[in-house]
Amino acid sequence: MSMQWYLVVSALIFSIGAAGVLVRRNPLVILLCIELMLNAANLALVAFARMHGNGDGQIFALIVMVVAACEVAVGLGLIVAIFRRRLPIDVDELRELQG
Amino acid sequence: MTTSAWIVLLAPLAGFLLISLTSQVLPWRVHGWIGTAAIAASFVASVATLIALEARGEEERQVVSVAWDYAVTTGVDAQLSILIDPLSVLMICVVSGVSTLIHLYSVGYMASDRGYTRFFAYLNFFVFSMLLLVLAANFVLLIVGWAFVGAASYFLISFWYRRTTATAAGIKAFVINVVGDVGLVLGTFFILRETGTVDFLATFEAVPEAFGRNDGNLVAGCILLLVGAFAKSAQVPLHTWLPDAMEGPTPVSALIHAATMVTAGVYLIARMHPLFEQAPAAADVGAILGCLTMLIAATIGLVVTDLKRVIAYSTMSQIGYMVMAVSSAAYAAGMFHLMTHAFFKALLFMAAGSVIAAMAGNQDLDRMSGFRRAMPFTFGCMVIGGLALSGVPPFSGFFSKDEILSLLIARDDWHIVLGVLGYVGALLTAIYTFRMIFRAFLGEPCEEARELERGHLFHAAEHTNPATGEVEDSDVGFPGPDHHIAEGTGTMKVAMGALAVLAVVGGFVQVPKVNEALHHFLEPTFAESRFYDQLEPSSALIVAGLVVGAAVGLLGIFIAYVLWVKQPDRPAAIRTRFGPAHRVFSRKWYFDEVIGVALVRPGAWIGRFANSVIERGLVNGVLVGGSSGAVRAASAAVRGVQTGYLRYYAALLLLGLTGLGAYFLVSA
Repeated sequence: MSMQWYLVVSALIFSIGAAGVLVRRNPLVILLCIELMLNAANLALVAFARMHGNGDGQIFALIVMVVAACEVAVGLGLIVAIFRRRLPIDVDELRELQG
Repeated sequence: MTTSAWIVLLAPLAGFLLISLTSQVLPWRVHGWIGTAAIAASFVASVATLIALEARGEEERQVVSVAWDYAVTTGVDAQLSILIDPLSVLMICVVSGVSTLIHLYSVGYMASDRGYTRFFAYLNFFVFSMLLLVLAANFVLLIVGWAFVGAASYFLISFWYRRTTATAAGIKAFVINVVGDVGLVLGTFFILRETGTVDFLATFEAVPEAFGRNDGNLVAGCILLLVGAFAKSAQVPLHTWLPDAMEGPTPVSALIHAATMVTAGVYLIARMHPLFEQAPAAADVGAILGCLTMLIAATIGLVVTDLKRVIAYSTMSQIGYMVMAVSSAAYAAGMFHLMTHAFFKALLFMAAGSVIAAMAGNQDLDRMSGFRRAMPFTFGCMVIGGLALSGVPPFSGFFSKDEILSLLIARDDWHIVLGVLGYVGALLTAIYTFRMIFRAFLGEPCEEARELERGHLFHAAEHTNPATGEVEDSDVGFPGPDHHIAEGTGTMKVAMGALAVLAVVGGFVQVPKVNEALHHFLEPTFAESRFYDQLEPSSALIVAGLVVGAAVGLLGIFIAYVLWVKQPDRPAAIRTRFGPAHRVFSRKWYFDEVIGVALVRPGAWIGRFANSVIERGLVNGVLVGGSSGAVRAASAAVRGVQTGYLRYYAALLLLGLTGLGAYFLVSA
C-alpha cells in the first residue's frame, strides 16, 4: 500500500480534530479533538518510520503518547475544577482573560 | 582673635536655630530676648575681635581663618574661610551693634504681633547672613552670604504675608536681588577665569599681573560686580524695590533697608578696591550712577507723602554718596558715612515707627501733624536724626558727608562735578528731611495727636491696610492688634536713646586734621591702594567744605521751615507752578513704568508664550502627548487581539502554523 494513503488519513484526522477544536464549545470535546490531532500526528510518524525502515518515528510516537497522557491529565483536572466551582462548562463563557 | 570672629558669626546662627526649634516649647516672650542676646553676644565678640586686631602689628592685620575646605584642587580653592581685617571688623561692629539695638527695639515694637517668634527667627537669620557676607574671605562664601541676605530680606518684607501689597513687594525685592546675584556670580567668573583663585587676598595679589589697566575682561567683571552691588544697595536703575520694601515692619526697614543690608554694595566695592583701581572705567560708572541715584532719590524724597518712603528715598540718596565715595577711591570716607548713616538712619526709622504706631499704622504725612507735644522723646530723636542726616555740625552726618565731598573735589579731575552735585544733594536732603519732620511734628495737632496728649493711644476702629484700605484682622499674617510707641515702651526708648547718642557723637571718630582714627584703622586693608594716602585735601579745601556743608544744611532746614511752617500755602503754589517737575518726581521718575514696559511686560509675555506654546503645545502636546499617544494606540491595537475566546486563539495558532508551513513549502 502506498505511503500517501496513510498521510491522507492522517491529514483528514488532523483536520477533523482542528475543526473540532475551533467549532466546539464543550471543553471535554475540545480535549477529545486535541487527542485526535495528536493521534493523526502519531499515524504520520509511524508511517514515516515504516517508510524509512528504522524505529525513530515509533519512538517519537511513544513520546507523543506520553505527552498526550499528561495533557489529558491536566485538561481533565481543569475541567473537574471548573465543574466543582459550578462555572459554565463552555469555553466561550470562560473568557475573562480578554485584553 | 579668630575664635572671637567665629563666635561673631555663629552666635546669630545659634540664636536663629534655638528660636526656630523652641518655637512651640518656650513662651513667645522669651524668643525676643533669645534673639537679642544672641546678637548682643555677637556684638561683644565683634568688639573683642576689634581689640585683638588693634593689638597686632600693622602688617599682621589681615588674617584668614579656614574652618574647612569645600573643594580645593587645581583652579578651585573654595574654602569655608573668613577674612578678619580692619574693613570686615568695622563692618561686623556696625552690623552687630546696630542690630542689637534694633532687636531691642523690636522686643517692644512687635510685642503684640502674633508672628513674634517667627520675626525674631528671621531677624537672627538675617544678621547671620549679613555677617557671613562681610566676613567671607572668598567669592564663594560672599555669594552665599549675598543670596542669604536677599532671602532674609524677602522673608521680612513679606512678614505680614496675608497682605497682598507686602507679598508683592517681597517678590519684587527678591527678583531684583536675584538679578544682582546673577551679576555677582558672572562677575566672579570673569575674574576667576584669569586669576584662577576665588580667595580675596590671592585675587588681589594676582590682579595686577593677570589684568592690564582697564583690561576688557576686568572692566566687564567689575561692572557685573556693580550690578550685584547696585541691586543690593538700591542704586539706579535697580532701586525700585527699596521704596516698596517699606511694606515690611518698621524695625525691618531700620535694620535691613537702612542700616545694614543695603550698604552691602558699598562694602563690596570697598572690598574689591584693587580690582576697581585696576579698572577705573568701571569705577567711574559706579561713581556716576551713585551720583545720579543720590540726586534722583533726593528729588523723589521732596514729594513723597509716605513717612517711611521719605526715609527710604533718603537712604537711597545717602547710599549714593557712599557708592560715589568708594568708587572714587575715598574708601575711608565712604565707610565712615556708612557707619554714621547706620546710626542716624536706624534712629530715624525707629522714630518713624513710633509715629506710625501712634497713628495706628497710618503712614501718610498728609494726615499727620502736631505730634511735638504728644511725643517729645520721639520728636527729639527724629530731630537728632534729621540734623545728622542734613549734615548740620556737630552731628555725625556732617563730618562723614563733608569728608566724602572734599575728597571728591581733591581728586582734581571731573570728580569735582560729583562733589558739587553732592552739595546740591545735601541741600535737597536737608529740605526733604525737615519737610517730613515739620509736617509730622509741628502745626495743629491731628486727632491722633490730641488723643495721645490726653494720655490715650489712638486705635483705629477697624484694622485696614494703610496702602489700599482693605480690611484686615489682627491675627498672624497681619499686624498685631496693639501699637507701641517709644514714650511708653522701655526697650524702644533705650534703643533709640543709644542710637541718638551715637548719631550725635559718631562723627568725632574722624574729624579732619584733628583725629583721623578711622582712616588709620582702615589703613591695612587699603595699604596697596594707589589713592588711599595720596588723596589728601588741602586745609583750605577742608575748611571751605565744612563751612559750605554746614551752610547748605542750615539753608535747607531754613527753606523747609519757611515752606512748611511759616507759609504753609507756598508748597501748593510751588507745586502748581512746577507741575511737570512735580509730576515726574511724584511718579518716581517713571522708573517703575519704564521697567514695566521694557522688562516686566515682555518678560510676562515671554512667560505666557512659553507656557501656552512651548510648555503646553510642544512639550506637553507633541513630546509627552505624542509618545504616550503612540504607545496608547499600539497597545489598543494589540489589546483588540486579546478577545478571550479560546477558539479564536486556536484559529490564530493554526493560521500561523499553516502560513509558516506554506512558506517553507513554497521556498523549498
